[in-house]
Amino acid sequence: MPSDTTSRDTLISIRNVEKHFGKVTALNGVSVDIREGEFFSLLGPSGCGKTTLLRMISGFEMPSAGDIHIGGEDMSEVPPNLRPTNMVFQSYAIFPHLTVAENVGYGLKKQRLAKAELAARVDEALALVDLDGYGTREPHALSGGQRQRVALARALIMKPKVLLLDEPLSALDKKLREAMQSELRHLQRTVGITFVLVTHDQEEALTMSDRIAVMFDGRISQLDTPEGIYKKPADQRVASFIGVMNFLPAQVTSASDRTLGIDVAALGKLSCPQDDRFAKGDKLKVGIRPEMLTIVYDGEKAEKNSVPAKVADIAYYGDMTYYDVVFGDGSHSASVSMRNTAGRPILPIGAMTRIRWGPESIVLLED
Amino acid sequence: MKSASPSLLTYAVIYLIFLYAPILLLPIFAFNDSAIIALPLSGFTFDWFYLLWETEALHQALYNSLTIAIITAVISTILGIFAARASARYDFPAKRGIVGFIMVPLVLPEIIVGVALLVVLVQLGLALSSWTVIIGHVLICTPFSIAILASAFRNLDISLEEASLDLGESQVGTFFRVILPLVTPGIISSLLIAFTISLDEFIIAFFLTGTDVTLPVYIWGQLRFPARLPSVMALGFLMVILSLMLLLTAEYFRRRANRLSGAADTDKGLF
Ligand SMILES: Nc1ncnc2c1ncn2[C@@H]1O[C@H](COP(=O)(O)OP(=O)(O)OP(=O)(O)O)[C@@H](O)[C@H]1O
Ligand SMILES: [Mg+2]
Repeated sequence: MPSDTTSRDTLISIRNVEKHFGKVTALNGVSVDIREGEFFSLLGPSGCGKTTLLRMISGFEMPSAGDIHIGGEDMSEVPPNLRPTNMVFQSYAIFPHLTVAENVGYGLKKQRLAKAELAARVDEALALVDLDGYGTREPHALSGGQRQRVALARALIMKPKVLLLDEPLSALDKKLREAMQSELRHLQRTVGITFVLVTHDQEEALTMSDRIAVMFDGRISQLDTPEGIYKKPADQRVASFIGVMNFLPAQVTSASDRTLGIDVAALGKLSCPQDDRFAKGDKLKVGIRPEMLTIVYDGEKAEKNSVPAKVADIAYYGDMTYYDVVFGDGSHSASVSMRNTAGRPILPIGAMTRIRWGPESIVLLED
Repeated sequence: MKSASPSLLTYAVIYLIFLYAPILLLPIFAFNDSAIIALPLSGFTFDWFYLLWETEALHQALYNSLTIAIITAVISTILGIFAARASARYDFPAKRGIVGFIMVPLVLPEIIVGVALLVVLVQLGLALSSWTVIIGHVLICTPFSIAILASAFRNLDISLEEASLDLGESQVGTFFRVILPLVTPGIISSLLIAFTISLDEFIIAFFLTGTDVTLPVYIWGQLRFPARLPSVMALGFLMVILSLMLLLTAEYFRRRANRLSGAADTDKGLF
């Protein structure tokens, strides 16, 4: 579960940042405040500018416009080696000519510590990432997961205010990736450092982050908690990027101070809380998640928020079954997911059934 | 693997014989106890090597050659480092053209380089000396140094430099703690190759040397005296051994350089 960091102070303040590489616009006006001690994720498809934003926080790129403050200090004149940030590179960037311990202790050299103290600090950092006793190893004798831990230890030993991670898990296989996700989360709570994670894996962002900024085309489309992003996506792009979403066309039939009456093509009329994005007559899409639709089985009584539908396709996942259903006249369809609990039969293709939905789980999205 | 066709095999064998038979003759006659280079062999002797040891003029030529080769190796490697780093990391106008231009001496006939330099140096009123030979040798060795060093610098993962900066190290510190150790094998390889090329080079040295002849020029001078031929053979034999050792060492370091920087590249998974 995300920890509550809403009351924390702002650590990184990014204001109207733009970045142009020649004719390519990588960032197009990004403003965001990252709080102290939070696990913050930048999520978005390839090429949306996540890495560029991260590299600006670390100082490897300079904004074409706008400014970045870390801990209240303007960073525009501060080179990477003097910033209170450390980075875990996507390729890990382990120094191949140094041992694990020399890699981890690399950044402490400047502090001219006594030999014994340096060794103690390195051991401590290695223990933090579960690499006790690996100090004398050569980097090329490490697995991908171990290299990743070395990169983490090497950054954490610097006790940065911010740890920046650029797709740190993308080179690992699925099992290891999942294990590292929870380890990273745990590590972040232990050390209490602000983590800024770049990822294009929505599941990773949802499970690890306190807050997520979803980016498209060099802008932040939505900034919210994982739950907020999943339940109330701001637009159709965010909605379809995060998880699975059914989109059904609809139109506003009435708009009063309190409520919005809409007519959804496949589901019929319903009434929603007032929303000033929409006026009477507007066309829109309603979004509804597959798990918010339910199949009504024989014997259960048909309630009011339900419509007839036909099973068009089935995908069986063991614990879950995904149904593709077609509504009424056949011009609209949706995906429905059902948990396979005891005594619940799996419907065959072609079966006629009823689909029930909860009005509270519907999201209104601009067309 | 398919086996080679008989005609290709014959070709390869003949090619190798033409390439190496003359070199194999060097040790044979270097140890032959006769002043005449002809079969049958008449006995085993170290006399010709002993004669080399006794010849003062030879020592001077050897000394000249070694100084020229060392200075050439150092200068062309330093130039190579700058050029390789620039071509690997920075973009500047007409980069390809400039780099291509530097590499031209690699394919230019040495006699042209020699004659052209001679004309220019004479026009400038510079006296011929070991330094003029060094100028010529730097010209032909630098492309080799660049070629060797460019691959060392190109294979250097830029995120290693960034990681070093990120960990608080300065630009200068990064150069000494990360870049230099990783390209050192390339530098050694470049030094050795340039040294070997300069040591063996004849044509340019022949044109540009003044009274201080280099070893190859000295050997050429000795060929006029048939009686000295066996000792030239002995000298040639020693030079082949030396060059071979230098080249093998250079190759060892070149491979090491590739391995080091290759290991930095996790994407390729070369380990
Ligand atoms: N050094 C550069 N020179 C030119 N264009 C660049 C440079 N760096 C990034 N870009 C461009 O800027 C845009 C954003 O790149 P960026 O690397 O930030 O994307 P990303 O969100 O990290 O994508 P990915 O998930 O693929 O890593 C891309 O269109 C990219 O081609
Ligand atoms: Mg990226």
